[in-house]
Amino acid sequence: MIYNKLAETMTRREMRDLQLDRLKKTVKYAYKEVPFYQKKFDSIGLKPSDIKTLKDIEKIPFTVKSDLRDNYPYGLSAVPMDKIVRIHASSGTSGKPTVVLYTKNDIETWSECVARLAVAAGCTEKDIVQVCFGYGLFTGGFGLHYGLEKLNAAVVPASSGNSERQIMLMKDFGTTALVSTPSYALYLGELAERLGYTKSDFKLRTGLFGSEASTPEMMKLIEEKLGLHPTNNYGLSEIIGPGVSGDCLEDCGMHINEDHFYPEIIDGETEEIKGEGEYGELVLTALTKEGMPILRYKTRDVTRLFYEPCKCGRTTTRMDRIKGRSDDMLIIRGVNVFPSQIESVLMAMGEVAGHYEIIVKRENFMDILEVCVELKDASLLENYANLDLLRQKIRHNLKTVLQIDTIVKLVEPLTLKRYEGKAKRVTDLR
Amino acid sequence: MTVSQIAVFLENKKGRLSEMTKVLGNAGVDLIALTIADTKEFGIVRFITKDNEKVLSLLKENGYTATRTELLGVEVSDVPGGLHDVLRLLGDGGIEIEYLYSFARTYLKKAVILFKVGDNQKALKILKDGGAALIDNIFE
Repeated sequence: MIYNKLAETMTRREMRDLQLDRLKKTVKYAYKEVPFYQKKFDSIGLKPSDIKTLKDIEKIPFTVKSDLRDNYPYGLSAVPMDKIVRIHASSGTSGKPTVVLYTKNDIETWSECVARLAVAAGCTEKDIVQVCFGYGLFTGGFGLHYGLEKLNAAVVPASSGNSERQIMLMKDFGTTALVSTPSYALYLGELAERLGYTKSDFKLRTGLFGSEASTPEMMKLIEEKLGLHPTNNYGLSEIIGPGVSGDCLEDCGMHINEDHFYPEIIDGETEEIKGEGEYGELVLTALTKEGMPILRYKTRDVTRLFYEPCKCGRTTTRMDRIKGRSDDMLIIRGVNVFPSQIESVLMAMGEVAGHYEIIVKRENFMDILEVCVELKDASLLENYANLDLLRQKIRHNLKTVLQIDTIVKLVEPLTLKRYEGKAKRVTDLR
Repeated sequence: MTVSQIAVFLENKKGRLSEMTKVLGNAGVDLIALTIADTKEFGIVRFITKDNEKVLSLLKENGYTATRTELLGVEVSDVPGGLHDVLRLLGDGGIEIEYLYSFARTYLKKAVILFKVGDNQKALKILKDGGAALIDNIFE
């Protein structure tokens, strides 16, 4: 099923024409209505009329998160407040949050984009969808909610928290689709097991997971525990919220709603443009935003793009699952390490549970990477040698992938912190 | 002809053992024997109760990684050399002992020794042939 055939299956040429037309308009609009962009353009002598081809987008300076913070709260608004119908803000880890503003049309675009990705993931109007994202300033809850309502699905706004109740609702309401972060889905699966449920107690069919990076191994675990088909979707509040892209059932990358969001991949350091299939930082331009236009936003998310049409019938560009955030990347003794690499190794091992913590320390000028993981396989308790062998095995598997040595700590089940929203797996003490 | 024991994985952190014993105490579990082996980071607590199955599910419900293992139980006279007589049998028979623990029944002038060996069947035969008093019920 395809929600918007016209938008999702047009030819590449049609799409590029549409994107160029919208790009020109949005650049003119941003220049005219947002002093921040006018100043940015003027400082390098760039005029909106210089944007004549899609490639000309490369002339536009990047927008970064601190630009949003510096213009807190309404500095990047392109319309008077009477046109704004919603204000969201992202959790600022340092200082002020970043604020995003929506007009009625923006909310409409957002819902449309979410409805598209929900359909791509296999949802229909028959689904009962439990949204376990926080409803509030965070865009996850409301974003999915309105998109799924637009699809005419039955939405259960369960919000986050109170996990035992989530499981009760899931069972009693006959929830067929689950919306959450992948780590929370895994936790719910674990808790359901602990409470004595099996996946046949639930009617779950589809999982719409987002707001943090996941690995195929983690998705497989979720599938095993909850008996649903897990899909990823992607978005960020600075651009619109969830709805930028989402998996179809072919599992070959997330389809970008390209008529609204123009993607580029750049080298995180040199800012050079990367080619198809090459990993780099995702840069997004919102092509149709009214409340707060945003041009060439550096997402810090690392992924790659594929342009060929998909077996599902969609012709939109696909982005690979997020490999990590360029600011998540740890440099350990000079080696680049993404937490997602560690996750892949651990999730592939049945002896340990799906939760982990990474601690980076510096001792005697040496970086030390410590990985804490929960022991699950009770049969190893026969003797110590087994536990030691397991630690060596984890260390070895990590070394194969990361090329560096790690310290592996086995901890008791359910003692590592569980997260209802985005999981925080890394503590860097350096 | 073996004695069941429960083994629980615990982190070597303040208060972890007492959290577990609280769970057991609240459920009215009577511990017959208990031993702890520890390393810097974690330990394995091993103990015997009357209803191991019930205790095992209780521990699992409370989120512990726990399992049941089978030990060999031998009753010896509580006199000097009592332990040695049994160990000699096993040593001569080429049986490796992973660990053992024991408790005395002073009122009977007996002691019970519990062994974890690699090959239970072989060890059982050696002990039997050597005339050791094998037991599978330590509650009598």
